Amino acid sequence: MHHQYAYQLGARTWRFRNLADLMAKATPARSGDRLAGVAASSDEERVVAQMKLAELPLSVFLNEALVPYEQDEVTRLILDEHDASAFSAVSHLTVGDFRNWLLSDQASSEALEALRPGLTPEMLAAVSKLMRNQDLILVARKCQVTTAFRSTIGLPGRFSTRLQPNHPTDDLTGIAASILDGLLYGSGDAVIGINPATDNLSQASRLLKMLDEVIQEYDIPTQSCVLTHVTNTLEAIEQGAPVDLVFQSIGGTEATNRSFGFNLKNLAEARDAALALNRGTVGNNVMYFETGQGSALSANAHHGLDQQTCEARAYAVARKFDPLLVNTVVGFIGPEYLFDGKEIIRAGLEDHFCGKLLGLPMGCDICYTNHAEADQNDMDNLLTLLGVAGCNFIMGVPGADDIMLNYQATSFHDALYVRRALGLKPAPEFEQWLAKMNIFRDVSRSEPSAVMPSVFRDRLKALPGEIASE
Amino acid sequence: MSEAKTPVVANHWRALRRFTDARIGLGRAGVSLPTPELLAFQLAHARARDAVHLPLDVAGLMANLTPAIEKHLPEPPIILESCAGDRFTYLQRPDLGRQLSDESRARLPSASLDEPVDLAIVIVDGLSSVGVQNTAPSMVGGLLNALEQDDHDWKLALLTVVEQGRVAIGDEIGERLNARMVVVLIGERPGLSSPDSLGIYLTFGPEAGLTDERRNCISNVRPGGLPVEEASRRLLYLMREARRLKLTGVGLKDRTEDTVIEGGGANKNFLTR
Repeated sequence: MHHQYAYQLGARTWRFRNLADLMAKATPARSGDRLAGVAASSDEERVVAQMKLAELPLSVFLNEALVPYEQDEVTRLILDEHDASAFSAVSHLTVGDFRNWLLSDQASSEALEALRPGLTPEMLAAVSKLMRNQDLILVARKCQVTTAFRSTIGLPGRFSTRLQPNHPTDDLTGIAASILDGLLYGSGDAVIGINPATDNLSQASRLLKMLDEVIQEYDIPTQSCVLTHVTNTLEAIEQGAPVDLVFQSIGGTEATNRSFGFNLKNLAEARDAALALNRGTVGNNVMYFETGQGSALSANAHHGLDQQTCEARAYAVARKFDPLLVNTVVGFIGPEYLFDGKEIIRAGLEDHFCGKLLGLPMGCDICYTNHAEADQNDMDNLLTLLGVAGCNFIMGVPGADDIMLNYQATSFHDALYVRRALGLKPAPEFEQWLAKMNIFRDVSRSEPSAVMPSVFRDRLKALPGEIASE
Repeated sequence: MSEAKTPVVANHWRALRRFTDARIGLGRAGVSLPTPELLAFQLAHARARDAVHLPLDVAGLMANLTPAIEKHLPEPPIILESCAGDRFTYLQRPDLGRQLSDESRARLPSASLDEPVDLAIVIVDGLSSVGVQNTAPSMVGGLLNALEQDDHDWKLALLTVVEQGRVAIGDEIGERLNARMVVVLIGERPGLSSPDSLGIYLTFGPEAGLTDERRNCISNVRPGGLPVEEASRRLLYLMREARRLKLTGVGLKDRTEDTVIEGGGANKNFLTR
């Protein structure tokens, strides 16, 4: 029944307790797995685990649940909704041969799309552990995932941004100032999304109303989101607030999600409520999820799994609800989970790969905190790599400095850098809007106008003082 | 016109910076940061990195706390430490930062047989000692004054100060002090523009092993962020509700009406006026 998780190398036999142990030990080194006590104890053990993992049939993940089926609704979701006929294209492969297949020309964009319902998060986590960074980039690049609400995100040659105008006291004028700055730098085609300073229902409703008014006033082809708990958003909808997207942070085990205060039923209920508002114009993907390696361990809910496998399982939760955006907030959690720039970059590429292969509209909050061993150069590297990999969207924060959440993400300038370096453009509806509003002189070159468009200049004139004087 | 003289394009909406500390209106060289803005960022990051490693000045904190608490609390505060012996361990091992050291646990009086008290206040250094150093004394003082004027006669445990601690260390302390709820004041991780933020976590029924969905949080308490008076008002509201409902966390929504930032109370701002 059970596979023998042992590997003979020369005279030595290496033994692994079970599939979870093998997966954890095969994972490229990172601090969170050391914290959990599940990491390989030497570099050699790590590679031996990868060699053993490469020999296993992909189907092992259908027969051995890493988190017990009876205990975990995420496991039940993964196994109950697995599509055996889609899987049949690769069902004969080992994990090692699956890597070869993914890199081969047989794995076209169309073949990968057809395969999606046959893949489980654990299969992708496993194969990613055998892949180098360039493999993760090249295979993810073959996946196209397009979603839409008032803008279309994920088309080839496009690269979108969430405008993130956070303010430490939710001051509306301060938020408006950051929104204006972002719009004038061409940011916000994925969403204008605020993390509220406090988890307060009336505050969330006020911010939703403000964002709705801004979007309507300038006819911006984008959507708004206030990143509050799913139960808050549901209540806001019931009170008549103008909700475009339902937000929730999600994890890869039922116990992680319980620690976040929700279950799958809550997500379904909130999604139904948002769909009923029917506020999308070019599409109706109404969910915005955030994830990040380490959340399960942080909640004491990792079941002995490595953090990357837990993360991939969170994408099964996301997949169920047909999201507009899935954002892996890769460096936010801190050095106890991803110690330095090297670990953050690796995790970002893994998450993007696993999400894309499952059919998710993956974006990445390329970020770090001040207690991590990382800096702007590491972010530049990951930004460039994800741009090449075909990432759907990143964050846009004024000057890369989020003054509410106290961390560094990517700036409006950073997004223009990557668009220019790689010849990428914003979402088509937003591209037209930037041209129509004279915000950009040349959208194809990502070149902002030298002069502020008069419609915005007039607004500044209404403010006290001499802001609009030139 | 200025474009001919300098390759940097300035943004005249930069004047909006009087409404926010966000780095807006930076201008651009091509689409990249102008050199002075690049260097300003590097300096801020260097300072934030240094702030992470600045230890809490416990003696200085005590000197500032004493006048605020001595007429409210029967006993002097106790200074405790977590199992994370030093900063390097603390940064990599949050599990150790959530547990009291054996020595500290032994010094903490076990009150499990006594009549429960309503509240334990725990001050923790967290990821930046600056916020705790600057803001915890006035926050504690304001809270104690407000509690004295409350209709309920709040019974308080002794105050504790923890070094190299995480939020959840308050659960164990609250449990041992037999407190119905615990308030943890902790230094938040420093941002580039805000190395001095204090976070406040309220947990009803504290016991070791609780997770974050059982807490309510008020963050960014600092001079340039949420003022102490406003934080105290929200905290008092949450504490009264927690006492009434016998819970904290996602089941307890913060429904305090926000003070309106601009005159008139409208939702308007310059973009939609």
